Amino acid sequence: MIAYEIERWTRSGKATLVAAAAVLLVLAMLPALANGLLIDKLTTLFIYILLAVMWNLLAGYAGLVSVGQQAFFGVGGYLALRLVDAGMTPYLALVVGAVGAGIVAIPISSFALRLKGGEFAIAMWVIAEALRIVVMFDPLVQGETGTSLLALNALDPDLRRNLTYWLGLGSLALILSVTYWLLRSRIGAAAQAIRDDEEAAASIGIDVMRIKQIIFVLAAFGCALAGTIWLASAITFLPRTNFGVQWTVFMLFMVLVGGLRTFEGPIIGAVIFFLLQTAFGGLGVWYLTGLGVIAVCFALYLPEGLWGLWRQRIGIDLLSVGVLFRPSGDRPTP
Amino acid sequence: MSGEPAMTPPVLACSGIDKHFGALKVLNAVDFAVASGEAVGIVGPNGAGKTTLFGVLAGAIPPSGGSVRYGGVDLTGTGAAARCRSGIARTHQVPRPFLGMSVFENTMTAAQFGAGLSGRAAADCAAEALERTALLHHANRPAAALGLLDRKRLELARALATCPRVILLDEIGGGLTEAELGLLIALIGKLKGDGLTIVWIEHILHALLKVIDRLVCMSAGTVIAEGHPDAVMADPEVRRAYLGGAVA
Ligand SMILES: Nc1ncnc2c1ncn2[C@@H]1O[C@H](COP(=O)(O)OP(=O)(O)OP(=O)(O)O)[C@@H](O)[C@H]1O
Ligand SMILES: [Mg+2]
Repeated sequence: MIAYEIERWTRSGKATLVAAAAVLLVLAMLPALANGLLIDKLTTLFIYILLAVMWNLLAGYAGLVSVGQQAFFGVGGYLALRLVDAGMTPYLALVVGAVGAGIVAIPISSFALRLKGGEFAIAMWVIAEALRIVVMFDPLVQGETGTSLLALNALDPDLRRNLTYWLGLGSLALILSVTYWLLRSRIGAAAQAIRDDEEAAASIGIDVMRIKQIIFVLAAFGCALAGTIWLASAITFLPRTNFGVQWTVFMLFMVLVGGLRTFEGPIIGAVIFFLLQTAFGGLGVWYLTGLGVIAVCFALYLPEGLWGLWRQRIGIDLLSVGVLFRPSGDRPTP
Repeated sequence: MSGEPAMTPPVLACSGIDKHFGALKVLNAVDFAVASGEAVGIVGPNGAGKTTLFGVLAGAIPPSGGSVRYGGVDLTGTGAAARCRSGIARTHQVPRPFLGMSVFENTMTAAQFGAGLSGRAAADCAAEALERTALLHHANRPAAALGLLDRKRLELARALATCPRVILLDEIGGGLTEAELGLLIALIGKLKGDGLTIVWIEHILHALLKVIDRLVCMSAGTVIAEGHPDAVMADPEVRRAYLGGAVA
């Protein structure tokens, strides 16, 4: 028998987790101390991180490159509107709406996931456009004019701001933990195997379609949560904005700049994007084009992104999803 | 011309398999069967359809006609993953490692899904497969860092980690040194001793002959001879198929 140890938690991994819990705690108490503007900004940052982590889960870990994740961002918001209209408490509707978008993703997945590569990417974009048009037919939305989540306007602005912030923070904590746990589970390993070679993955017993479906539905749910939190902070629902392809540009930018295929990279990318957005967000179409160009440059010349570069330098993973094999007698790494 | 007709019912069999890619007919009414615990070698010139036959048996390639049976059950509509879980493992002639994962992760994933193991049992199974294929010292290397020979070993390790009943080996001996080939033959002999059913495509005849009970020769999409290895190699049609080609 071979004597060995399996290492899944490095010391730096444990330290990161403790630090993350501390940051979460501080962030949770922040509304008591900080001013409203900062709270609003942070809520936006949470939305960006959610989107980046979900796109990385999909494209980086499962090889499912989608340019249509705005479909779920939009559907989540739309379902929340509908639920509020039917009498549901607004903040509950935001969560249930996102769950609804996750359910909508199931039938979509059984069609879209049959397609590969570029066909899948384009199909997702077409689906997003189709859903936007369908939603515009709902009289509640009033076509291009859009509508507002008036029920939220009835709340005290400070309370609303803080509730939305806590919803964003809670969603982020939930999605980050679930994603991390999933990626470290056998499902994460299977997704990566499928990403690397679908036929080989099937040949070792992996049910390719089922694994892709799990990842796809989780990513849809996460993007929809981002969409409902966005709705709560923007109040308005404009089909053109909520189903806008700019969300995909943002996701691509954050993940490619931060680092595809690492857990940490997209979070870094989201923070960078958030800072850029704060500085140049008003520049409109030129800004969007600039983001696209930078993302493409990263894809071509620095595919591992900033985090990948950094990791090569220091050789430390903060949140590894891998499995290390250690013959007994070896020293563990720091 | 059959050397020793299988007394036990076949564990894996296909009959009347046709396969064409567009106008190209690659398999033509192929019948093939392997009995439980048997080791069968497959030889044949390049392009004979050997790898395609493995694809059909493993469920990676849907046949244009014919059926596959496993333990008496019709598998024709069953996908590759379910076939693997039911005990049919294969290696790929051109290795297909999961490049973004380590050698250990590649193998452990096979144990988790192919063999349905979890936790320490999956890790044990992966470690053992890597030790048997002389890859254990590479356990934490990214599969992308492996050379061709180690990638072939990884194919074998992954297949073994699925705890198969039948293993389909596609040219895993090519490129090995004589010493390495000796180790491989010993390993395959041991697997056979453990009761594993083996089908081995290999151009290196002398390696095959050390392990197999029966030889099948394919040419141009059909089985042209099968039976005792000596009888097959003496067959005039086999000699004709190989004329100009190399019989090692
Ligand atoms: N997916 C495919 N599409 C088109 N033609 C194919 C495909 N796969 C195999 N072929 C063709 O089918 C024929 C048989 O190929 P196959 O790989 O099964 O032969 P083989 O007996 O394994 O040969 P080798 O000894 O070279 O490995 C070849 O002519 C090959 O070009
Ligand atoms: Mg071949």
